[in-house]
Amino acid sequence: MSAVLAFLGLLAVAAGAGFFVAGTAGVIRFPDTPSRLHALTKADNLGLGLVVLGLLPFVPGWFFALKLLLVWALVLLSGATAAQLIAERVRGPEPPA
Amino acid sequence: MTLDGVLAGVLDGLLAALVLAAAGWTLAAPAAFPATIGFVGFGLLLTLAWVRLGAPDVALTEAAIGTGATGVILLLAVVRLRGGEEEVSAATPGRALVLAAGLLAGAVGLALALAVLALPDPAPGLAAEAAARTAPLGLGNPVAAVLMVFRGLDTLLESVVLVFTVLAVWSMAPDRHWGGRPGPEFPRQDDGPLALLARLLPPVGLVIGIYIAWVGTDAPGGKFQGGTILAAMWVVAWAAGLVQAPSVADRRVRLMLVAGPLVFVLVGLAGFGIADGFLAYPPALAKPLILVIEAAMTLSVAAALALLIAGPPEHPPERVT
Amino acid sequence: MAEAPVLVALILAALVILASVAGGLWRVLRGPDPADRLMATQLLGTGGIAVLLLLGAATRQPALLDVALVLALLGAFASVAFVLASRLVGSR
Repeated sequence: MSAVLAFLGLLAVAAGAGFFVAGTAGVIRFPDTPSRLHALTKADNLGLGLVVLGLLPFVPGWFFALKLLLVWALVLLSGATAAQLIAERVRGPEPPA
Repeated sequence: MTLDGVLAGVLDGLLAALVLAAAGWTLAAPAAFPATIGFVGFGLLLTLAWVRLGAPDVALTEAAIGTGATGVILLLAVVRLRGGEEEVSAATPGRALVLAAGLLAGAVGLALALAVLALPDPAPGLAAEAAARTAPLGLGNPVAAVLMVFRGLDTLLESVVLVFTVLAVWSMAPDRHWGGRPGPEFPRQDDGPLALLARLLPPVGLVIGIYIAWVGTDAPGGKFQGGTILAAMWVVAWAAGLVQAPSVADRRVRLMLVAGPLVFVLVGLAGFGIADGFLAYPPALAKPLILVIEAAMTLSVAAALALLIAGPPEHPPERVT
Repeated sequence: MAEAPVLVALILAALVILASVAGGLWRVLRGPDPADRLMATQLLGTGGIAVLLLLGAATRQPALLDVALVLALLGAFASVAFVLASRLVGSR
């Protein structure tokens, strides 16, 4: 593995950790439930996404890389669904278009 | 001590404190819903703690059962207890009993902690012997060897317990509901986030569930973890109204439920003929036989957990015209 | 084990993420809406997955990737179940 790749990877991991910190700060500090939900989804999608991208240079083979990406895809899908359901619960269902 | 060692130590300390805090909050929560949410968080933290203790097999089980199955079973229990405040408060133990139970649990915990601290380092055990005898059986995961070969009887009895739990839940049904479909019925969702999740997640989840069950003989995984994932995928489709729970009188459901223990007992009995006793395997056939048992058990665990989550029948059976 | 500087960086990142999502547990205590408590657990779940992936890479334990996979598959399951349960309560 080249040192440049490793460095870029660690940079992405650090950025991901930053998104987790920011997301938590939002969940703690934002004044109402929908804004807090917004902060949560940023940490879910971007924080984990950057960690996954940053770890790609460190995995031992393509099968593990695929599994890493699958973890992210699953969190994107189920996190988005859960956020929609929570929002629906907080604000009531959308009026039909 | 190296810097990474120090950091790992801090991580472990934080994790231990968080597990205790989550446990305390779950006990002290003001109502059943928040307590259940706290319990799911406790399960997540415990998963990380098992990983740090070098037990990925247990971590995998905790991840599947603690965050997946138990949370849902508890939530549905909370829903069922609504509207029955009198019965619930009559069945809730008094302060003295709670205090006594707490003291007893604390004393047991303290005694266990003292016993662990008194152990010599490294602690005596059969780990080395189990690890040495795993490879000759053709298995790669010593945990699987312990569960299926060295202590096969324990695992067999556990698998039977699962059938009995489902029977216990079913026995809660009033007579007029017998033969009906278990659990609440959810309206069919053809649109919206839940419908999307219920169509996209199960195909991926089925593959992952079977994979986790399959790798169990060589890496952390196995029938309980894989079966739980399969059950969770069915529950997602059920909650979106895409599938209906089968009637409790359905023979196929009952067959699926007992398939695992049945195959286990049959293979165990075959041990009298092809090896030297009950649940003994000839070394050359050990891995294929274990995989046959694991496959049947995965089905049964999935059926049992799905039925435990759905609960007893809540409606009378539909009349067939 | 990964090489020393990388190892330190990965474990440090895991520690920062764990400490941060643990701070989010304050929302579980505070609420006020059950949805707020639920969000904090969801954050804990995603953070836990990130911690598992980082530790798995740092200590070269491929099995941790499978644990993360299971958490990713079932993590949102609890949130979904919670919302359904509160719907059922509403309908009774």
